[in-house]
Amino acid sequence: MIALYATLFFPFAGALLLGLIGHWKSAKHVNIVFCVGAFIAAGMLALDVFSNGPILSDGKLFYIDAFNVYLILLNAFVGLTTSIFSGPYMSHERDIGRVGDKRMRLYHSMFQGFLFTMLAALSTNNLGILWVAIEAATLTTVLLVSLYRTHESIEAGWKYFIICGVGISQALFGTILVYFASAKVIPGHEDGLLWTVLQLHAANMDKGVMALAFVFLLVGYGTKVGLVPLHNWLPDAHSEGPTPMSAILSGLLLNVALYALVRFKMLADPALGNHLAGNLMMGFGLLSFSVAGILLHRQYDIKRMFSYSSIEHMGLMTFAFGIGGPLATFGALLHMIVHSLTKSAIFVTVGQASQIAGTQVISKIRGLIRSNPAVGWSLLLGTCAIAGFPPFGVFTSEFLLFTATIKSYPWLVLPLLVGLAVAFAGLFRNIQPMVFGEPPEDQRKVPVNMWPVFIHLALVLWLGLAIPTVLAQWLNQATIMIVGQGVL
Amino acid sequence: MLIASLSMPEQVTLTLSALILLSSFLLLAQVRVDSLINTFALQGLLLFFATLAIAFISGKYDLLISAALTLGLKVIFIPILLRRLVVQLDIHREVEVLVKPSLVMLFGGGLVLFSYYVSLPITELSLLSTRNTIAISLAVVLIGMLMIISRRKAVSQVIGFMSMENGLFFAAVVSTFGMPMVVELGIAFDVLVAVILFGVFFFHIRTEIGSLDTDRLNRLNEVDK
Repeated sequence: MIALYATLFFPFAGALLLGLIGHWKSAKHVNIVFCVGAFIAAGMLALDVFSNGPILSDGKLFYIDAFNVYLILLNAFVGLTTSIFSGPYMSHERDIGRVGDKRMRLYHSMFQGFLFTMLAALSTNNLGILWVAIEAATLTTVLLVSLYRTHESIEAGWKYFIICGVGISQALFGTILVYFASAKVIPGHEDGLLWTVLQLHAANMDKGVMALAFVFLLVGYGTKVGLVPLHNWLPDAHSEGPTPMSAILSGLLLNVALYALVRFKMLADPALGNHLAGNLMMGFGLLSFSVAGILLHRQYDIKRMFSYSSIEHMGLMTFAFGIGGPLATFGALLHMIVHSLTKSAIFVTVGQASQIAGTQVISKIRGLIRSNPAVGWSLLLGTCAIAGFPPFGVFTSEFLLFTATIKSYPWLVLPLLVGLAVAFAGLFRNIQPMVFGEPPEDQRKVPVNMWPVFIHLALVLWLGLAIPTVLAQWLNQATIMIVGQGVL
Repeated sequence: MLIASLSMPEQVTLTLSALILLSSFLLLAQVRVDSLINTFALQGLLLFFATLAIAFISGKYDLLISAALTLGLKVIFIPILLRRLVVQLDIHREVEVLVKPSLVMLFGGGLVLFSYYVSLPITELSLLSTRNTIAISLAVVLIGMLMIISRRKAVSQVIGFMSMENGLFFAAVVSTFGMPMVVELGIAFDVLVAVILFGVFFFHIRTEIGSLDTDRLNRLNEVDK
């Protein structure tokens, strides 16, 4: 219990304190300290849940089970490594005059604020608070997207604000409908949105209302997941904001939105008694996966390119949760971890690469392996990992997903394989000249801290070679919760 | 359903929800920035009265807190903040040129029909006798969305956004007598922060492109430069 409150307290206190002292030279260390605190607390919470089962807080406001606890730990971990990277990166941005004192304060405070909203969204038991926290996540990051105050970044921020705001409003309408349906079967005005209560009564809720609610929720949270055709904000927001923010947006926010969607699917499925929710998710997922793979070929900006890769992977996960069997769900849960670790590592590397080259334009970043081997090799290996090469973990999870697809919908494997090949070609045609070849003369020397990247890639490699028993048990428990049976 | 067979408070609620829908159309057609803000405040006021009426019909007096929140936030704070902003930015006398106004209005009418069609399964279940208010709230949400799409000025888009929020609040009030209090407070907080951030954005957009025409925010796209 204390571990749960500590997990939420650290980023909250961090947001307040760094709002005051975020411009100090030592603020980057303070930022790391708060992230370490949250990570340790999340680790203790995970151990507690692993040994004692789900935890329900006293006021029923928080509920931690196998499904959200591993995402909480993942969030805290990626938050920690990103904060380590963010220190030298933001110092460099300040040195070259892109941000001043005031904006450093804003940046540090909102970094912690964002982590807080993510952790709150994951740990809450109230589906209304889940909505409030995800909307608050938009609010904390919107000024970070436009942090550099250029024409492009303000455009990206405005688009992000309006599109996500409108999208998430649909999710609120869906939530209101769920509450409406639950009010018919659950006594007590205040309990009707509690996950622990809804879960028990899901089968009795009205079919028509739940079907309608799920459509609104899919559109709403799907906007945040970055599902095509609601994805337009995502590449803009990722490419124009500071890189540490791109890393946490891609690694955390998309996962949390997908988490919300899956929670509602778990309510819609018993209520509807058919596969409507799953079919909708499969359709949107496959569309996102295919379209994003093609769009990878048309990118000129390296961060935009990798944000399309995020859309592609989120599409794949949505598709897998849509299929719904134990194997597909297990694969999708594993894919959430490996994608998040790999993608945040890539964004960190890309951030270093664009500081070295002084630009994010792909055609101007050249010869990274010569000029800075650590960055060059990390970029190459990270791209191999995200493209699904063995022995990295993404290969394992994609392999599981494909096996599950062959079992349930054999003919859908074809578009998946084509999509993977297209995405692979799209990534490598751009990455290959960036890492090999001669570096141009005007590359800068920047302070580089590649430890976060190495740790992430090592973890992904480890997950590809052997999934630790603890994690497998955990994912299995989550799978049992979501679809009723496990794989182990 | 005969109007005359309903009780007095129910008739009041129905009339108010009709007026709320009307105010949505007014927002859609309003071209002057200062009148737009006034119309938005009017919609908030109607929402406040509707919430009061429903609180008395249902006897759920926690709705009075929601009503007070609406009055404070949507009738007083947000309109005053927006007015101060537009005066500071010196755009309060501006008149926006609408793109194909009659087509937009027709489309809005279509959205109302669509909302009635979509909310059929819900209205059959509703305990309230003023059932079709749910369809109206969905229509207000969708018309707000239409407003964001059809307008160019940042201020009009923000008002469309806030009007969507009005529709959502109305939906919660008429279908379930409001959300649980902790959720309602959370939503109100989000709206409050959102409107302040929108204000900050107005200044950023203005400094960068010299006006508040979001049409000119068009640099980011997929084509190679």
